[in-house]
Amino acid sequence: MTYDLTFAKEVYKNSEEGHWIKMCMQCGVCAGSCPLGFLGAWKYSPRQIFQMVRAGLRDEVLTSSDMWMCTSCYNCIVRCPRNLPITHIIHGLARYASVQGKADPKQPTHQFAKDIFWENIVATGRVGEAALTMKLYFKDGIGEGIKQGLEMKDSALGMLKAKRLKPLPFRGKIKGYPGFKAMLNKAFELENKKEGKA
Amino acid sequence: MKEYSFFPGCSSEHNASAANMETSVRSLCKMLAIQLNEIEDWNCCGASIGYAGGGVIPRLSLSARNFALSKQQQGDKDLVATCAACWLSMRETSERLAHEPEVKAKVNLALKEGGLTYDGGIKTRHLVEVLIEDVGWDTMKAKVTKPLSGLKAAGYVGCQTNRPFGVAGDSFENPQYLDRMIALTGATAIPFAKKVACCGGALMFSEQEKSCQLTRDIIQCAVDGGADCIVTPCPVCQLNLEVYQGKINQLFGTSFNIPILYYSQLMVLSYGGSWTDAALHQQVVPADVMKKFV
Repeated sequence: MTYDLTFAKEVYKNSEEGHWIKMCMQCGVCAGSCPLGFLGAWKYSPRQIFQMVRAGLRDEVLTSSDMWMCTSCYNCIVRCPRNLPITHIIHGLARYASVQGKADPKQPTHQFAKDIFWENIVATGRVGEAALTMKLYFKDGIGEGIKQGLEMKDSALGMLKAKRLKPLPFRGKIKGYPGFKAMLNKAFELENKKEGKA
Repeated sequence: MKEYSFFPGCSSEHNASAANMETSVRSLCKMLAIQLNEIEDWNCCGASIGYAGGGVIPRLSLSARNFALSKQQQGDKDLVATCAACWLSMRETSERLAHEPEVKAKVNLALKEGGLTYDGGIKTRHLVEVLIEDVGWDTMKAKVTKPLSGLKAAGYVGCQTNRPFGVAGDSFENPQYLDRMIALTGATAIPFAKKVACCGGALMFSEQEKSCQLTRDIIQCAVDGGADCIVTPCPVCQLNLEVYQGKINQLFGTSFNIPILYYSQLMVLSYGGSWTDAALHQQVVPADVMKKFV
């Protein structure tokens, strides 16, 4: 079998911290340190994903939901004997799969992180927790939203009673919002160039 | 009076999920003569999952804007965070700006559009580091007037206060600082095998059952060890362990009802603070076990 390095080179260049994959020695400490690995949440461990990048398996890597199973616990980072920033490499591959249109838009963490969480902070400059929860519950329609809401009713009431949740899902923008928005617009312009979108 | 620039983060806002941490931290700092000057008009740090929507430059710009505002308003004062994810985002951003000139240049191009600039130089710290390094163990201990004698607590450090940066030179696998904090209040820190296990973090929102499996194991470990409460420095750990106990009980047939507290709540109470100073009225699982210490 011959290795086709086209995809590996693409990842080294365009995916955040992707160039570190070159250094992976396939020991598997990351796989054995991942809290979701023990739950059978992923098909391929970080070690396997890295080898698949080097083997040129572009579609298999970018359509995988495995990168989206990262809880950001950083166990793999501190244990990697070669000090690779594994958590960030995995985040980078998830983001790259999203940018390339390969990640399933309905993959739950992809959808929550990109369409719900990021949009929530960009809308006002800060997280609006009540709006975030509402949008998450109602992402699959009104019926599903009511069902989810009822299921978590006791928790939500507990949070309201403890004054740790706003009764209404609205929040104002930060004062410097126009500058904040202009900053992000410019940042995305620079980011898109790097990711090969624009 | 020790003075710091302060980034509370979104969950510490009024009527937000870690409002109890914020109130107890404010009380604690007052008792220890620490002045926290909140950055005016700060924005979200991007948290753990900002990578998906924010990539590199937009994500890092978020903390960079807060650094620029902090420098404008507070000069070179150290910037302190109480939330694990905020502290991690700030540390990551400041390291990348310091070591990657290209990233720093791009972030500054973005900041410029908002009329700001940041050339580096601000040290970002967790409040726990300030307590250990600037206040010191002896002073923290000397303030105790009402020891929490007989209280058994499981010190749950969790992930992001511990990895990848860590606090006070402690180890990643078995950090000691939280147990020491519990002990200085007069309580007993029980041996706790799940001390640095993951609660699922933000995946509680998208992979609820998997995250509940993780939190179930953590709570079970504390209960098996005879803990009266679980103590943590992290607002996501606190939320995931406390608010989802009902869901965990429903999923796994357990009957957990254990209070999940912040280190700051224990310290405030042991320093003679009131129930409300410690924000113990803001718990979802009632902290009845603490009532005898007021």
